[in-house]
Amino acid sequence: MTVAIYGEFGHLAGQAANTAACFHCGLPLGVQTWKVVVDGAARNTCCLGCQAVAGLIAGQGLGSYYRNRSAFAPTAAGDIVTPAFLEFDLPEVQAGYVYAVDVEQVEAALLIEGVTCAACLWLIEQRLLRVEGIRAATMHYGANRLRVRWHTSRVKLSAILAAIAALGYHAQLYDSGRSESMLARERRTLLWRLFVAAFGMMQVMMYAFPVYIAEGGMPAGIERMMQWAGLVLTLPVMFWSAVPFYRGAWRGLKARALNRDVPVSIGLLTAFAASVLATANGAGAVYYDSVCMFVFLLLGTRFLELNARTYAAREQDRLARLVPAIATRLPQYPDTNFREEIPAATLRRGEFAEIKPGAPVPGDGVVVDGVSSVNEALLTGESMPLVKRTGDSVIAGSVNGSGALIMRIERTGEQTVAAAIVRLMDRALEAKPHLASLADRAAAHFVFALLLVVAVSAAAWWFIDKERVLPVIISLLVVTCPCALSLATPAALAAATGSLSRRGILITRGHALEALAKSTHFVFDKTGTITSGRMSLIGVLVVGGRSKEAVIAMAAALEGASEHPVGRALVAAGPACARYQPGELRYVAGQGVEGVIDGKRMRAGSPGFVADLTGLPLPIELSFVSDDVTTVALGSEGEWLALFTLGDAVRPDAKQVVEALSAQGAELHLLSGDRTPCVKRVAARLGIPFYAGDAAPADKLDYVRKLQAQGAIVAAVGDGVNDAPLLAQAQVSVAMASGTELARLNADVTLLTDHIEPLLAAVSISRRTLRIIHQNFFWAIAYNVIAVPLAVMGLVTPLVAAIGMSASSLLVIGNALRLCDKPQRTASRE
Amino acid sequence: MEILYLLIPLSVVLVFVIGAAFWWALHSGQFDDLDGPAHRVLMDDDSAAP
Repeated sequence: MTVAIYGEFGHLAGQAANTAACFHCGLPLGVQTWKVVVDGAARNTCCLGCQAVAGLIAGQGLGSYYRNRSAFAPTAAGDIVTPAFLEFDLPEVQAGYVYAVDVEQVEAALLIEGVTCAACLWLIEQRLLRVEGIRAATMHYGANRLRVRWHTSRVKLSAILAAIAALGYHAQLYDSGRSESMLARERRTLLWRLFVAAFGMMQVMMYAFPVYIAEGGMPAGIERMMQWAGLVLTLPVMFWSAVPFYRGAWRGLKARALNRDVPVSIGLLTAFAASVLATANGAGAVYYDSVCMFVFLLLGTRFLELNARTYAAREQDRLARLVPAIATRLPQYPDTNFREEIPAATLRRGEFAEIKPGAPVPGDGVVVDGVSSVNEALLTGESMPLVKRTGDSVIAGSVNGSGALIMRIERTGEQTVAAAIVRLMDRALEAKPHLASLADRAAAHFVFALLLVVAVSAAAWWFIDKERVLPVIISLLVVTCPCALSLATPAALAAATGSLSRRGILITRGHALEALAKSTHFVFDKTGTITSGRMSLIGVLVVGGRSKEAVIAMAAALEGASEHPVGRALVAAGPACARYQPGELRYVAGQGVEGVIDGKRMRAGSPGFVADLTGLPLPIELSFVSDDVTTVALGSEGEWLALFTLGDAVRPDAKQVVEALSAQGAELHLLSGDRTPCVKRVAARLGIPFYAGDAAPADKLDYVRKLQAQGAIVAAVGDGVNDAPLLAQAQVSVAMASGTELARLNADVTLLTDHIEPLLAAVSISRRTLRIIHQNFFWAIAYNVIAVPLAVMGLVTPLVAAIGMSASSLLVIGNALRLCDKPQRTASRE
Repeated sequence: MEILYLLIPLSVVLVFVIGAAFWWALHSGQFDDLDGPAHRVLMDDDSAAP
């Protein structure tokens, strides 16, 4: 947890003032800085975007944001032109997201991305409340959800979105009517059940305890009254709080399975029925306190589980693209270029659509005009963007690069390639082999054993003393009331889920931890999982006499303002404080950039383009460069300076993950849609023994099925749409933070930071969780081994039952809480 | 000891009164966001725009 330190401008701003870091976002400053005045002092920012945002915040009188924040703001977009969001004023787009409150006012929920600390919430709320026509704006901390209400006649949704974007945050429309309010209702109901059980437990214990310590010295009238009071307070616990257990048991019995709710319900109902009988007859023992405590403890773990699930659902909402995709239709093409914005789903076959730079392709089709590079990595795993010209086909879901394209729609909706992958995934999900959960298997054994013991002891007592058969059976059922046993798994899972979420690992399905702990095979996707999925600098070959740092700095300076992925990779590799100030910059599309550094004319770009300036033949070093990387040359007049190789680099933490998992005895596989030589090279470098390239989604599915047929428990790690069937088929699936919505929505585990290394923590914590669950089972069974003979011999009084049950439950919960340790961050603090 | 004949029913009534109070608090949304108010209280500067 980050702790804000308050002082003159907090510790963050203090840092930003001392070192050369951007006042707004904390990035290191380059040569050129942009000044902005906040609270009467001039501050340096790293770019025009940050300057504009900081200026806006100060201008609105919201400067105290900078004093109170505990984390830097997200870097504002390089261009200060915020999109107009005009398409969000379309009624089709707003339908289902914007709800009318009364005649004039409407309300909508927005998901905000880029929130880094509590001060952000304040900033967004205050900024919106200063917009004319906005009636209310409330941020929900943790969910990063903004509820905003406005007058439709005085302000438009597009203006609200633009106001948020101007602060440097990204807002998405969010359908609050569905998932969130359903979860909120479930949470309220469960909290109410829990409270009823808690209050019943406390109060009933107060009626039970005097009877225990008086040991028969209590006046009969008062004891009877206390029993009746206990009955009155146990009624709501039994018939309101405990209802989920009866429902679960009924569902299990209908499916002819003994799940963990069955023994719970048997125990509850017999204990309660026996107590009611005793109360009515005025003779015998009552177990109201045990019943209430039992329900409370079980509901408590359910509540923890629900919290973990709510958190997971919110993360998924944030990950999912909830805004309907907008397409630009050209209804009169090719006669005129009249454009209209429509929801992508309404596009029909044969219509023409324009794909703006950076926009997703709305349907499968053919390019009819324009040239651009299109990134299909999410669908095919191909790491490099492909150039698309007139006549080339494009597939829905891929992302357009820097040029505008006009396409003819061939297939939309269900017929697209992407939809076919989704169908493949759905089928795989249905056929997914499930590991039976430990808790349910244990419950089935337990119920069976319990009924056996009951039958045997009933028969035995029948011959000893017929009068005592019923009391013995009841105390046996109460004392074995499988509280500890049913707490064993959920308590450990809830504790582990919380512990993992603090480490940036989200468990979205309950079985994931057990399956992950038992995994024998790990199957990795390449692009975006083992590699970062982004272009970055891999190697530098210095040709002339300059130092490596100098040539990188020169190339970074030349590419400084480039928007091309290659240029940005070079800028990212360059030192933070650029030493060169290029002049006379000139960009040649598809070739490179030319500029003057230290009085020398230089070019960075394709080798041929640079050769025109150097006037020399291509350097011999070029032949060392393999063909699966992009090569950028740097040269000046009459001199070659360097060759840079760029590609999709392996994540720095991938090697560590591979080594650790191999050392633990797991079998590792690398599966990719990329070309086989490429896959082979990466596998060899990391030491992954098994690999396969050129794998279509269906091939990946078969690969995993074959492993599973040999008895393997497969954990799949992936990020793309093409990995979705693979993720669905594996017993447990892990999706990367940068992955696609489809991969993340269907994964059992999501890594929330853009690193693969948390996977190791997930595996080790899941193994520890399994160990703790086993220990818990041991304790629960040990308790029963002691308690059952006592009950069979007829020695268990209600006091012994109450103490035994609470002690065994607390032992199990305490053991589970050992999983709740804080992640150790010693390394990252330095 | 006779006072217990009054106090025990009274305690039962009291439990239901407190239960009703909690029901109201729960359904007016006071338990929906358990983290936000703790952070919001630190941001005590709500001066209006200049």
